[in-house]
Amino acid sequence: MSDFVSDFWHYYVLGLVVLSLAFCVWILASNMTKRKPGPVTLHHHIWDEDLQEYNNPLPRWWMYLFWGALVFAVGYLFLYPGLGHLPGKIGWTAVEQYKEEMKKADEQFNPIYDKYLKQDLLAVSANPEAQAMGQRLFLTYCAQCHGADARGAKGFPNLTDNDWLYGGQPATIKTTITGGRQGAMPAWGPVLGADGVKDVANYVRSLSGLANDSVRAERGKTVFMTNCVACHGPEGKGNQALGAPNLTDRIWLYGSSEATIIETVTYGRQNQMPSFKDLLGERKIHLLAAYVLSLSKNQDKQ
Amino acid sequence: MQSQASYDYRVVRQFAIMAVVWGIVGMLVGVIIAAQLIWPQLDFQEWFHFGRLRPLHTNAVIFAFGGSALFATSYYVVQRTCHTRLFAPALAQFTFWGWQAIIVAAAITLPMGFTVGKEYAELEWPIKIAIAVVWVSYAVVFFGTIVKRKTPHIYVANWFYGAFILAVAILHIVNSAVIPVSMFKSYSAYAGVQDAMIQWWYGHNAVGFFLTAGFLGMMYYFVPKQAGRPVYSYRLSVVHFWALIFTYMWAGPHHLHYTALPDWAQSLGMTFSLILLAPSWGGMINGIMTLSGAWDKLRTDPILKFLVTSLSFYGMSTFEGPMMSIKTVNALSHYTDWTIGHVHSGALGWVAMVSIGSIYYLLPRMYGKTEMYSTRLITLHFWTATVGIVLYIASMWVAGVMQGMMARAINPDGTLTYAFVETVKNSYPFWEIRLVGGILFLGGMFIMLYNMIRTIAGEKPVDAPVLEVAAAH
Repeated sequence: MSDFVSDFWHYYVLGLVVLSLAFCVWILASNMTKRKPGPVTLHHHIWDEDLQEYNNPLPRWWMYLFWGALVFAVGYLFLYPGLGHLPGKIGWTAVEQYKEEMKKADEQFNPIYDKYLKQDLLAVSANPEAQAMGQRLFLTYCAQCHGADARGAKGFPNLTDNDWLYGGQPATIKTTITGGRQGAMPAWGPVLGADGVKDVANYVRSLSGLANDSVRAERGKTVFMTNCVACHGPEGKGNQALGAPNLTDRIWLYGSSEATIIETVTYGRQNQMPSFKDLLGERKIHLLAAYVLSLSKNQDKQ
Repeated sequence: MQSQASYDYRVVRQFAIMAVVWGIVGMLVGVIIAAQLIWPQLDFQEWFHFGRLRPLHTNAVIFAFGGSALFATSYYVVQRTCHTRLFAPALAQFTFWGWQAIIVAAAITLPMGFTVGKEYAELEWPIKIAIAVVWVSYAVVFFGTIVKRKTPHIYVANWFYGAFILAVAILHIVNSAVIPVSMFKSYSAYAGVQDAMIQWWYGHNAVGFFLTAGFLGMMYYFVPKQAGRPVYSYRLSVVHFWALIFTYMWAGPHHLHYTALPDWAQSLGMTFSLILLAPSWGGMINGIMTLSGAWDKLRTDPILKFLVTSLSFYGMSTFEGPMMSIKTVNALSHYTDWTIGHVHSGALGWVAMVSIGSIYYLLPRMYGKTEMYSTRLITLHFWTATVGIVLYIASMWVAGVMQGMMARAINPDGTLTYAFVETVKNSYPFWEIRLVGGILFLGGMFIMLYNMIRTIAGEKPVDAPVLEVAAAH
């Protein structure tokens, strides 16, 4: 775990640190003169008419402050790492401190989460206390992309609308949070050409009843049936196994305008939800999944 | 006794006037971005966005305002204390026009979004090269003047100016090592944590040498001059100068506490930052104690008020800085407005105030006078600025500690009590106070501009004759 590619750099750092400290000690020690009785001497140089310097001794309190700081520094570097790769007397490292704090936190908090981990996700999502915990986790880890109200943004799915790219089953939501998702739509611009893309965009708009050029939509249907069905299905209803969106509802991840759809088809879309397995662990993911589940369930009731 | 030759005041005059102009521009941008934090709808268009205006603000106040003040005063001080005309006046003119061109280039490219992404070193590579060229020219003029000095010894102010010029050259050139990929885009030559370390080695020494050593040079000339008293202690100036030089270079890692930076580097950053308290306070003591025997002048002389208050803020922020570099304190203060408050206590309290005081001393002397047009307006400027700073710093302290406390508060189940956005919501009152503080400080600069215009309007520039070295007594 050495921080240095060779011992040279260890000695380089060590040497410079010792030199710097020794220099401070030397310059301080060699200027400890006390105030002599009588008037303060004035240096004999005169600059710019009247600029002169007294030669007062160093103020005592300031000198002690300096000595104190130097003693502290030497003591600290003796106890803690600092002198190249010398570990320091007490063997402290940031990584160890982090691990210890995490261990303590786990011991303290895990029992609270374990209670819910044993329960079915649907049961957890109905528990108000668990929901409050889930919401706090959501606001800390998920709100940056999905928003504090979980309604998402362009490119970030709305989690309250009961429309699911990868499926809304309790176990599926948990899988999504645990492993993350890679959304990939290939770029069709080079294959279809500008005209073909515009045709298919009009057809796609017709699927959800949006205004479209019917001639183009008719031509676009043929294009769609040849190129898009593999993922979005013959009816355009998508495929949750692939994360291919349903094109017949009025829910759009990137936007429904003709220009946006043309952009999507031409250049494709790359999207990523990160995996939270290592960051949060199953205990917290279980609560988060239950909370996300409750968001769309509450929507149903309204 | 006077000799025939005169000092070269032209370049001093130019830089002094531009310092006031750029001060207003930079602080105005600061006021705008402070307002944007309260009303995000003020982020009109991409080139008026907070993310682009913020580096414009920092570059303008540090390098345009602070830089011009440093150029002006150093060119003035080095000539007067070396008793000789500036070396290579044509090259000095080049540094003036070059520096102004760089500032204008920054003001255009930063809002357009051209940036290297390194804090306080955002400008893209063609501008970085221009900075290096101008800076080396500056060094030639400054050290050339030192070489042709008529005095046997080099006055203390020049040590600090010299250290500042030398260190900034090294810092700028090392941190600017980039690989250009196009005319306006380049990438750092360093990678990962090394890049971060180089950046903050540069970043903190920009504070240490640009904003401290340079302005200490200013202090060592204008404080004893304005007070009419000898510097308190030559011995202290020697000790604190060398201690400052030896310790500042280590302080950078305290910007990277609790990151991927190796433990040893973090420890060194913290211990040397703590040691720095003493050398920094050495400068403050030497400045303030210079007033012993002349304290009564503070009552009537607003320029001295500016200079002494700047030293008080210098002492305060160089105490605060070492405290914030302690890892456990940093864990609370880092990534909060406390840092912003600390920076401004140094930047407004120390850097701006010592510059303003020095320029008030300097300007009339550029036109053969000894007084500004209105002393009352200087007093008004002083109080406006002081109240502005106090509002700014105090509000940022409270906001920063609050944000830090909120960020670390946890519920019994281990989840965070507050989402980030709640810290934002609770910061609004303090951001409003900060805006008022900023507007006051900016208002003071407008008073200065008016006073400056009235002082120099219709006046003929006068280059004072070079003085003979006084005989030692």
